[in-house]
Amino acid sequence: MTMAALGTSIHIALWQVAASLALVALAAAISFWRGADLERDIGIATVRSFVQLTLVGYAIKLIFEADTIWLVLALLAVMVLFGAITARSRAKKVPGSFRPLLIALALAGGSTLGLVVALGIFEPTPRYLVPVGGMVIGNAMTASAVALNRLGDEMGEARARIEATLALGATAREAAAPTVRRALRSGMITLIDSTKTTGLIFFPGTMVGMLLAGASPTDAVRLQLILLYVLLGSVSISALVATTLAYRNFFTPASQLCEFVEEVVD
Amino acid sequence: MLFELREVGLDRGGKTVLDSLSAGIPEGSTAIVGPSGAGKSTLLRLLNRLADPDRGEIAYRGRPLDSYEPLALRREVSLVPQLPALLEGTVESNLRYAAELAGELLDLDRTLALAGLDPSFAERDVAKLSVGEQQRAMLGRALAQRPAVLLLDEPTSALDHIARDTIEAALAELRRELDISIVLVSHDPEQARRLSDWVLRLEGGRLAGCGPLAEVLA
Repeated sequence: MTMAALGTSIHIALWQVAASLALVALAAAISFWRGADLERDIGIATVRSFVQLTLVGYAIKLIFEADTIWLVLALLAVMVLFGAITARSRAKKVPGSFRPLLIALALAGGSTLGLVVALGIFEPTPRYLVPVGGMVIGNAMTASAVALNRLGDEMGEARARIEATLALGATAREAAAPTVRRALRSGMITLIDSTKTTGLIFFPGTMVGMLLAGASPTDAVRLQLILLYVLLGSVSISALVATTLAYRNFFTPASQLCEFVEEVVD
Repeated sequence: MLFELREVGLDRGGKTVLDSLSAGIPEGSTAIVGPSGAGKSTLLRLLNRLADPDRGEIAYRGRPLDSYEPLALRREVSLVPQLPALLEGTVESNLRYAAELAGELLDLDRTLALAGLDPSFAERDVAKLSVGEQQRAMLGRALAQRPAVLLLDEPTSALDHIARDTIEAALAELRRELDISIVLVSHDPEQARRLSDWVLRLEGGRLAGCGPLAEVLA
């Protein structure tokens, strides 16, 4: 299978998009009927998804037409930046989480995209790098946000055990190791679990998209497999880098837990 | 002097927890006593640099505490916290972990005995021990490092009197068996009388008394 052979194309008219709003109306009706109080959120989600995706669609169109790697890199850099900002808001209990997240996303995106190009899986053209980069960075963002969110909770809960281990002369790294391990696991486990059940319980988006676009099922499955494996790599890198860099922010250079993690002591 | 405190002060959350403490802690067994909230545990944590004071200076064996490498200091001046916080695994794995950190060979049975535990405890899962047994395992873990000084934060506060007596007997035995100094935080003056020769009394973060047991807790 060559990736060029995957080139398929269908045309979606705006009326088709508009018609799908019937399902949004149904969602809003359910919310209203059962008093879930989500109508406003459904409205915001609908408008935002339309505006954001349309803008991104035009941006990608421009980048495809310009066909230069620099624009691709600029777009990926913006994704990394916004990904880190978004993930930071979910990792509120981790001090100074922005820098670890930014480095984690940049490394996860850069290394996985670099590797798939180096292995000859994808050509280094905007047509592949933009969508794959978006998926890689998006999943890396979710994984690192989940991992740091867990890290923040666990550091608070494990405070006594961490400090008791520091009291034995363990380094901050040694004392935090079980906590960091659990945070790393929680960042990686969601994608691993969904990869295990893929095809049985749900059809992943890329495969669905390719089938709808008229590609052969074999091609759709192979591309989906590539993306799943690439994503496994990227979420692992991002969760690892984010947790490895972020746990240090809980400690002083003298291997003391920072004051904000301390309980009120006698 | 084992420790010397000079004008030591510490604030937390805008509140003064320790206020201009100046006192000496000699070799041997010292109790830090005082009511709840007096700053006893905070002071203990300063002695092995789990925290640093905001003001003043602490010296250990004549040298400023902050001139010691913190990790090496903590292996020499070992703190056992108020509530047991062992690592997952067996009692033995906890003791081995501590011994390895300090680069010491572990004499398992003797260390268990010093902590008041019989050899059958080695294989026990720490999650299945009573709080009193966990507290003794914490003591054993500290002893596995062969520290020169043992800092004990309310070692019996969570225990009934039988478990308390067992720990106190283990501590008394320790002092007979080993050349070790003990600094013990206790809210119970009677325990201080049973276990120590020197007393520091704190009230509201200030020093309310310091000296031989007979003078301070007369």
